[in-house]
Amino acid sequence: MPDKKPFLVALLLSTALAHPAVAETTLNALFMAQAAYSEADVRAMTDAFTAANPEVKVNLEFVPYEGLHDKTLLALGSGSGYDVVLFDVIWPAEYAQNNVLVDVTDRITPEMKEGVLPGAWTTVEYDGKRYGLPWILDTKYLFYNKDILAQAGIAAPPATWAELTQQAQAIKDKGLLEHPIVWSWAQAEAAICDYTTLVSAFGGAFIVDGKPAFQTDGGLDALTYMVDSYNSGLTNPNSKEYLEEDVRRVFQNGEAAFALNWTYMYNLANDPKESKVAGKVGVVPAPGVEGKSTVSAVNGSMGLGITTTSQHPDEAWSYIAFMTSQQTQNAYARLSLPIWAGSYNDPAVTEGQEELIAAAKTGLAAMYPRPTTPGYQEMSAALQQAIQEALLGQASPADALAAAAGGGL
Amino acid sequence: MRAWLLMLPLLAVMLSVIGWPFLDTLRLSFTDARLVGTGGDFVGVENYRRLFASSAFRRAFVVTTEFAVVSVFVEMVLGVLVALLLYQNFRGRNVLRALLILPWALPTVVNALLWRLIYNPEYGALNAALVQTGLLGAYRSWLGDPNSALAALIVADAWKNFPLVALISLAALHAVPNDIKAAAIVDGAGALSRFRYVIMPYLAGPLMVALVLRTIEAFKVFDIIWVMTRGGPANSTRTLSILVYQEAFSFQRAGSGASLALIVTLAVTVLAVAYASLIRRAAGERF
Repeated sequence: MPDKKPFLVALLLSTALAHPAVAETTLNALFMAQAAYSEADVRAMTDAFTAANPEVKVNLEFVPYEGLHDKTLLALGSGSGYDVVLFDVIWPAEYAQNNVLVDVTDRITPEMKEGVLPGAWTTVEYDGKRYGLPWILDTKYLFYNKDILAQAGIAAPPATWAELTQQAQAIKDKGLLEHPIVWSWAQAEAAICDYTTLVSAFGGAFIVDGKPAFQTDGGLDALTYMVDSYNSGLTNPNSKEYLEEDVRRVFQNGEAAFALNWTYMYNLANDPKESKVAGKVGVVPAPGVEGKSTVSAVNGSMGLGITTTSQHPDEAWSYIAFMTSQQTQNAYARLSLPIWAGSYNDPAVTEGQEELIAAAKTGLAAMYPRPTTPGYQEMSAALQQAIQEALLGQASPADALAAAAGGGL
Repeated sequence: MRAWLLMLPLLAVMLSVIGWPFLDTLRLSFTDARLVGTGGDFVGVENYRRLFASSAFRRAFVVTTEFAVVSVFVEMVLGVLVALLLYQNFRGRNVLRALLILPWALPTVVNALLWRLIYNPEYGALNAALVQTGLLGAYRSWLGDPNSALAALIVADAWKNFPLVALISLAALHAVPNDIKAAAIVDGAGALSRFRYVIMPYLAGPLMVALVLRTIEAFKVFDIIWVMTRGGPANSTRTLSILVYQEAFSFQRAGSGASLALIVTLAVTVLAVAYASLIRRAAGERF
């Protein structure tokens, strides 16, 4: 009987050689399915990345914004998680304290340092370190329906919040709309973003000397404004259960004259396939308060970071660098504006959305931060409750905010 | 001895998937551990003390009890009534019986989304139906109003879960011997007395089982509320399970989240034991 061993060895060798060592790397990335870049945009960007880097495979997962924070932490806790995660501007403090994201300060190139808008960097910074690259540069703008304003004889959109109230009253009085203003005041972070916009307008502060300060002055004025607007019927009463997508739906159906929302609404509300008010959508920075501010804005930006549990930090970084690159961002500038200063003069970006770009130039420069504290989630939850209680008339704005400042559970 | 030997594989599995996590949760509940990072230090009963002192906990306990009691009551009544109806002999009965399973077969999240559409303040079917029939003057917000949010959730939950009660009751109804029913009719018992004295004794046992299952489930409710209101408005629908989630995951306080979870477990255990003894007593009376 002939010895078959050499043959087998040869066979094994040949199969081993026939398959060149395909050291394919798989990255797991976590994104949100809400506002800013659409899921389709993110997939297309990622496809472009994998086409250029065939050795890397990227698995995408999309969750609602409301689940993004908890999912990131849970995946980390279980040890088998994502390589790349999207994170909100309010999380770096907590993430840094819990060692969620890799410090990438040294990976940032001089081109990035110079090209990216200074304000955008605040999104990823905590305690002098950078935990990723900014990706979504966003704030809440005041959107208005040009048709309705014209019918009410209003020449220009409001420059102050008081003026917004007057204009809404005029629209209501003319019988054009029952509730001219719509907001996202559901018990969620969205309500805090609207509130923060108003806090910045009224010159308030969240924390002074390490202690809550929102229960007085500007912080109190902001909530009082919300409650007054709600009680006067100028605000759509359903705002208290709305998130951003609900605001967009109401505005697109022509059921609101004014809406506070993120960048992404501009092009969607102007899209005839999506919207009944296409072509009538105006956008300006959120108004100011006489003697205190000329415009107001909340920093609602988000960044992409590498998790500490990632086995492929280098590939993850090149993916993040690709997603945040000027070329990628300029190509998808309809739903989210680039982080790159140079993009705002690039006709490919500005064309067809000059109004939005003009609003962005003022709005982005005025972005007001929510507090950077590791205990942000609890503070936010307490504030959400305070806002809802005040809107529902269960407590006065002053009492509700004082209770929130005193601590939650 | 042989019985224990045969049960060994099961016991091993149970101990590893329930026993160990339970003990670890117990340990966690006496620490100030965070979800990620530090293992935490021993803090004694501090977590429990803080919980019992907090108004959020008391409120969540009341909301949970309200939700569990009312939704289970509605499910039991509706379930038995529907079972009695479907027990009758009529054309299309089998089609209706098959349809009955539908709500129960729906995943909870789908059911929750469906009811959110129904309750929508602008284009919801409920508003349309009530306004068009003149029962309601104007569209209103069902989930955004703390006076109606919990009730709206209970309706959604009852709609999904009454088929379980109905199915169990239906099976029990078929176990009632026909000769007893015939005898009751011959003896001149009316419909109500027949239900009370002939059918109810057969229903009681199975209904107890349904009651136990549903109460425990309802007391632990999380998903339907999370999808529909996330505990809002102004925390008026925040149940204990949602509080556990918030403490342990959103706020990362694994220690106090664990103590809260154990309190929920304890409450459910007390309920289960109480029901079990009730069932035993009911069974003892019958036989």
